Amino acid sequence: MDFDLTEEQRLLRDSVDRLLADHYGFAQRRAYLAEPEGHSKAMWERYAELGLLGLPFAEEYSGFGGGAIETMLAMEAFGRALALEPYLATVVLSGTALRLAGSEAQQSAILPQIAEGRMTLAFAHGERQARYDLSDVLTTAKAGPQRGWVLDGAKSVVVHGDNADRLIVSARISGERDDPDGVSLFLVDANANGVARRSYPMRDGTRAAEISLSAVEVTADDLLGAPGKAFPVVERVVEAASPR
Amino acid sequence: MDLRFSAEETAFRDELRGFIRDQLPDDIRERMRLGYAPRKEDTVRWQRILNQRGWAAFNWPKEYGGPGWTPVQRMIFLEENQPAPAPEVSSFNITMIGPVLIQFGTQEQKRRFLPRAANIDDWWCQGFSEPGAGSDLASLKTAAKRDGDHYVVNGQKIWTSTAHHADWCFCLVRSDPGAKKRQEGISFLLIDMRTPGITVRPIISIDGSHHLNEVFFDDVMVPVENLVSEEHRGWDVAKYLLGHERTGIARLGKSKERVKFAKEMAHEMRANGRPLIDDPAFRQRVAQLEVDLKALEITQFRVVSAYEKSEAGRPDPLSSALKIKGTELLQATTELAMNVGGPLAMPDWAQELEALSNEPELGPAWAAEATKNYLFLRAASIYGGTNEIQKNILTKTVLGL
Repeated sequence: MDFDLTEEQRLLRDSVDRLLADHYGFAQRRAYLAEPEGHSKAMWERYAELGLLGLPFAEEYSGFGGGAIETMLAMEAFGRALALEPYLATVVLSGTALRLAGSEAQQSAILPQIAEGRMTLAFAHGERQARYDLSDVLTTAKAGPQRGWVLDGAKSVVVHGDNADRLIVSARISGERDDPDGVSLFLVDANANGVARRSYPMRDGTRAAEISLSAVEVTADDLLGAPGKAFPVVERVVEAASPR
Repeated sequence: MDLRFSAEETAFRDELRGFIRDQLPDDIRERMRLGYAPRKEDTVRWQRILNQRGWAAFNWPKEYGGPGWTPVQRMIFLEENQPAPAPEVSSFNITMIGPVLIQFGTQEQKRRFLPRAANIDDWWCQGFSEPGAGSDLASLKTAAKRDGDHYVVNGQKIWTSTAHHADWCFCLVRSDPGAKKRQEGISFLLIDMRTPGITVRPIISIDGSHHLNEVFFDDVMVPVENLVSEEHRGWDVAKYLLGHERTGIARLGKSKERVKFAKEMAHEMRANGRPLIDDPAFRQRVAQLEVDLKALEITQFRVVSAYEKSEAGRPDPLSSALKIKGTELLQATTELAMNVGGPLAMPDWAQELEALSNEPELGPAWAAEATKNYLFLRAASIYGGTNEIQKNILTKTVLGL
C-alpha cells in the first residue's frame, strides 16, 4: 500500500498552498469577509484558473479528473487559511451529488460552469428538526404541472446557501419522516419564486442560510436520479465531506 | 461539616436558595439559562440585590460589610448562586481587591474602597499579565517611577478582563528596576481608569465577544496614597491575592447547571429517530459527567472541611486539584451543550438577530451561545493560574517531588 502522493498531486498541493500563502493572510481574509458575498470573488476566479473548481470532475466536463485525494489537498489548504469561499458547498457537496445522481445532460449543463467559476451551488438538505438524522426529511415534493414538481418546506444551516446560484434540495415524494425511501434531490434556482433565504454568519464568519420553500415549481429535468431513490446519494455526499 | 451538611448548614442553604429563587430577576435568570454571559448591568443589578441583604461580599468579615460566613457557608453560597443560574459576584471586587485591602490596606483605603467594591459602585479590573509576563508573573515590566507625590506609570498590560467596564485597576508595577531579585522590586498600585494616559484597546476573542483588553499606560500619574502595602512589597500582596482562599474555583455549581440545561435541550433534539435524551451513547456520556462532578463535589467538601478545621486557615494545596478537575469538567459541559445543538450550534444567529430585531427568531439562541461558551471557556484551563502551573504546585506540595 502506497500512501505517498504522486508527482502530480504534490505539484497540485504546492500550487494551492502557494496561492493561499500569497493571498490569504489574516488581514486579507478580513477584507474578503467584508465583501458583499462574505468571501472573495477574485479568489474564486483564481481557484478556477488553477483548476481547483473542477478537481473531481471528469475531463469531458472541463474537470481535472481527480478524486477525493485531490479535493483533500485543496481542502487542507483552505482549512489552514480559514478560506471563506464556497468550495465545500459547490465542488465537494453539490459536485458529489451531481456526479452520483445527475444525468449526462445535467452534468454537462452544470459541471463545466462550476469548473470555470461561473456557478456556485449549495446542498440544501439539513432541516431544523433533523440534527444528524439524514433521513429526517419533512420537505415535500408533490407532482406539479407538466410532469414537474412543487416543493414545500424549510432547510436549515445551508452552508453558503446565502448566495449560491443554485440549490440542491432534498424533498420527500413519499414515505414518512425518517423513511430513507421516498427522498429525492432537485436542482432549484436559488432565485425561483417561493424561495426565501435568510443569511447569517457561522462562528468562523462563513455564511449560511435558513431557506424556506413555498410552492416552488421545478421541471421534470430538475429531478436528480430516479424519483424517491436519492437517500444513498445523500449519505455519500455527507460522507464525502466528513473527516472520518 | 464532614461529608454531609449539618442541620444548621442545611437550613442556611435553604434560606439562600429561597432568597435567590425569589429575588433573582427573571430576565437575568432566563438570559443566563440560555447560556449568555451576564452583561455588566446584569452583574451590577444582582450584586446590589445581594449586597442589600449583606451577602455580596460573601467572603468578607462583618466589620467590612461582609456576612462573616464560615468557609462552608461561603461554599454553599457559591453552590446555590451559580446553578440558579445567577451572575457571579465580581471576583475582582469581592475575592481579589476586597481581601487584599482588608489585609494590607490603610484605614483610608478601606473606608474609601471597600463599601463601593461590595456594592459594585466601582468596577475593578486586574492589571497583572503583560505581553512578556503571564505564568511567569515576576518578569513584569510596567514601570512606576516615584515623582514627588505621584508614581509615573509606563507600560502595557494584556488579557485584562473587563478593563473596558472598569473604574479602577489594581496593578502590579515595577518600582525598583535594580532590585536583586525580580520579586523584590514590584509594587501594588490602585489606578483610577479615568486618569489621563490610559488607553484600553479591545481584544475580540474567538467566541466573538469583547471581554479581554490590552491596557496601555503612558505617563499615568498615580497618587502615592494609592500604593497598597509598602513600596517594593507588592509581590507579597500578589501572592496573598493569588493564594487566598480558593473556595469556588472548581465552579461546580456552574457545571451542574450546564449539564442540567444540556439535558433539558436533549429532550427537544433528536438522534437516530428518537429524542436525544433517550440515546444510549448520550446517556452514558451525561452519566459519566455527573459522576465526575459528584466525585469532585466530595473532594471539594473534603478540602473546605479541612480548611475550616485547620487552625492556621491556610489554603489547602488540594485546591489546585479542584481547579484542574473543575475546569476540565466545565469545559466538558460546554462541549456537551454544543454537541446537543449539533448543526444548530454552528450559526452565529444571535448576532444577526440583534441587527434584525423585528424579524422572527432565526434559530435557537442557546445553541449559538453553546458554541461561544465552548470557545470562550477554553481559557478556563489557562486563567486563574494555568492547569500546568497547578500541576507543578501539586507535585511539590502533595507528592513531595
